[in-house]
Amino acid sequence: MLFKGLDGIFRPPDVLAWTSPRRFVFLVDTYKCIGCGFCVKACKLENEIPFDAGVSRTWVERYVVNGEGEVFADTPKEARYGFTTGRIDLGRGKFKDIPAEEIKKAYFVPKLCNQCEKPSCVQVCPVGATYQNADGVVLVDRKWCIGCGYCIMACPYGMRFFHPVHRVADKCNFCYHRINQGLPPACVQACPTGARLIGNIKDPGDPVEKIIRTQQVAVHKPEYGTNPQIYYIGLGEEVR
Amino acid sequence: MVLESLWTVKELFVYPNEYIYWAIQIVMYPFMTGLVAGAFVLSSLYHLFGIKPLKEIARFALVFSFALLMVAPLPLLLHLAQPQRSLYVGLTPHFTSAIAAFGVVLFVYGSVVAAEIWFLFRKHLVKISIELKSKTNKSPAEKIKYVVHTILTLGAMDVSDASLKLDAKAIKVLAGVGVPIACFLHGYAGFIFGSVKANALWMTPLMPVIFIMSAIVSGVALCMLIYIIIMGMKKFVASRKNDHAALSTLKQMNSEEISTVQTSVKYLIFFMIFSISLELLDLVFRGYTAVKSWDILRNVIYGTDFINIFLLQYLMGNLVPFILLLLPGLKIRRLIPALLLVLFGIFMMRWNVVIGGQSFSLTFSGYMDYQLPIIPRGLETFKEGLGGALLIAALPFIFFWILNKIFPVLQTKEPD
Repeated sequence: MLFKGLDGIFRPPDVLAWTSPRRFVFLVDTYKCIGCGFCVKACKLENEIPFDAGVSRTWVERYVVNGEGEVFADTPKEARYGFTTGRIDLGRGKFKDIPAEEIKKAYFVPKLCNQCEKPSCVQVCPVGATYQNADGVVLVDRKWCIGCGYCIMACPYGMRFFHPVHRVADKCNFCYHRINQGLPPACVQACPTGARLIGNIKDPGDPVEKIIRTQQVAVHKPEYGTNPQIYYIGLGEEVR
Repeated sequence: MVLESLWTVKELFVYPNEYIYWAIQIVMYPFMTGLVAGAFVLSSLYHLFGIKPLKEIARFALVFSFALLMVAPLPLLLHLAQPQRSLYVGLTPHFTSAIAAFGVVLFVYGSVVAAEIWFLFRKHLVKISIELKSKTNKSPAEKIKYVVHTILTLGAMDVSDASLKLDAKAIKVLAGVGVPIACFLHGYAGFIFGSVKANALWMTPLMPVIFIMSAIVSGVALCMLIYIIIMGMKKFVASRKNDHAALSTLKQMNSEEISTVQTSVKYLIFFMIFSISLELLDLVFRGYTAVKSWDILRNVIYGTDFINIFLLQYLMGNLVPFILLLLPGLKIRRLIPALLLVLFGIFMMRWNVVIGGQSFSLTFSGYMDYQLPIIPRGLETFKEGLGGALLIAALPFIFFWILNKIFPVLQTKEPD
């Protein structure tokens, strides 16, 4: 306990985080997501990720469960055009039709960087080009990244990729350039149903903080010990 | 599209950003560092433990290890998306990363090997330097040779018995220090993979040990193979000359070669047993404990990667050469295919770890197939394709050819 305490005091990022009045977190309400894909589109435009490059800072997944308990999941073209067909994308140009009467359960799950409290991507960066700032957001220094890809390998959520133009590691940063000025991230602003919300967990008056503290929320893949900071309402056990 | 989409084919449910990011060059990286470590361990068997039959191959293995060492960082450099920034690892090393200290480890190890080579060949360097110094009318090539050899003596021209005894002592100490560093260098490569908790196939504490054992196997096999080939070439040249002196050397070569090879084979088999046992232990343990990731791993191991793992790695790369090596009456003719297969098996092991570890999705519900770019469409597909891999594989031989000009190995008449 003593060692943990000392470690917490003397690690500069921890001291910085401790002194900051903000810790950005995200709240996703899967019941509200309609799979329109506006969030993906807005993100790509805002953060200049080539639209059809096959990589994205955020995406939306669809889960369909049939009567036999089989789970089908896909995210066709990161859902940048939304889910325009009922067919499940199986890859390699194959699709599967699931008749509506066989579907027992179906829902959408938006995904974006978890801005983990203990980010494994930051741990493995050999040059310190990716780092966690005082507000808890994990950022990438494009001028210092050597492009080894170790962070991409280390993220259990598959959030990272090589930027197709800059050829350095890239990821969602909650639109830090916006939230730092009090604006919502592009995806939050574009969401027509309010399925995506950003908040400050250190602010007791923040509505997101209130929901996280008082309602049944869950985080994705807690078993990796990264302490993810995206809280989901209605996170199904099928979610991968 | 992103570059990685050129060699990645996705199937079923895979996250959008998932591709085979670590491709052929990251297969070459542990393969090459493994050869470095293995060659050094082989040379240390003589220099440290004094196993006499390995004397000739030990000197060769040491110099060859240095040639391999010069190539070891190149796959990483070719892999980097921003290779011009590679020195940042030295400028701002972030030591929580398993690859931050790679340069330091490689430099320390390189220094130990270079120092050992220097002590081993100091007498030879001094001899050449003195011979050429007294020679008048030196040709331009001899002038260069004189300068290179004189510089490499570092001014230590004393070759008295006492001084040479001190050299021998230094070699022993360096070989002793070098073995744990060589094992660390490659165990470290294993740790880079074994510590990735997001990857279900890689994450095992056995990974560094498996890597070290397979490294020794590959290094010993390659050194034996090259040794046999060079001795064969020398014998061919000697028999062509057809004179008495050459023929007596030929006889001497034959008896020395057989004794060296027989002893090396024993060590090769010993390390092969260790290596295969550890790999099988890992496989059995995963199957028995059957944690969440086992379903997809089982599909990869027994399904999509079955040919790569069981046919190419275990059968062709382990079992067949194992039988070839164990059959009584070992002949050089049988040894060559056996050693080639051992090397192929270790390469496939690296392939199955690096590519196999990325052939399933983080969703545990989808797969990725790697298609090695054969015909390059540009610099990137050359680097991350067959051409880049062959370039890396060929470079140690070129470096060795140059090193051999200064440090002549495999000369039977060379004194201790």
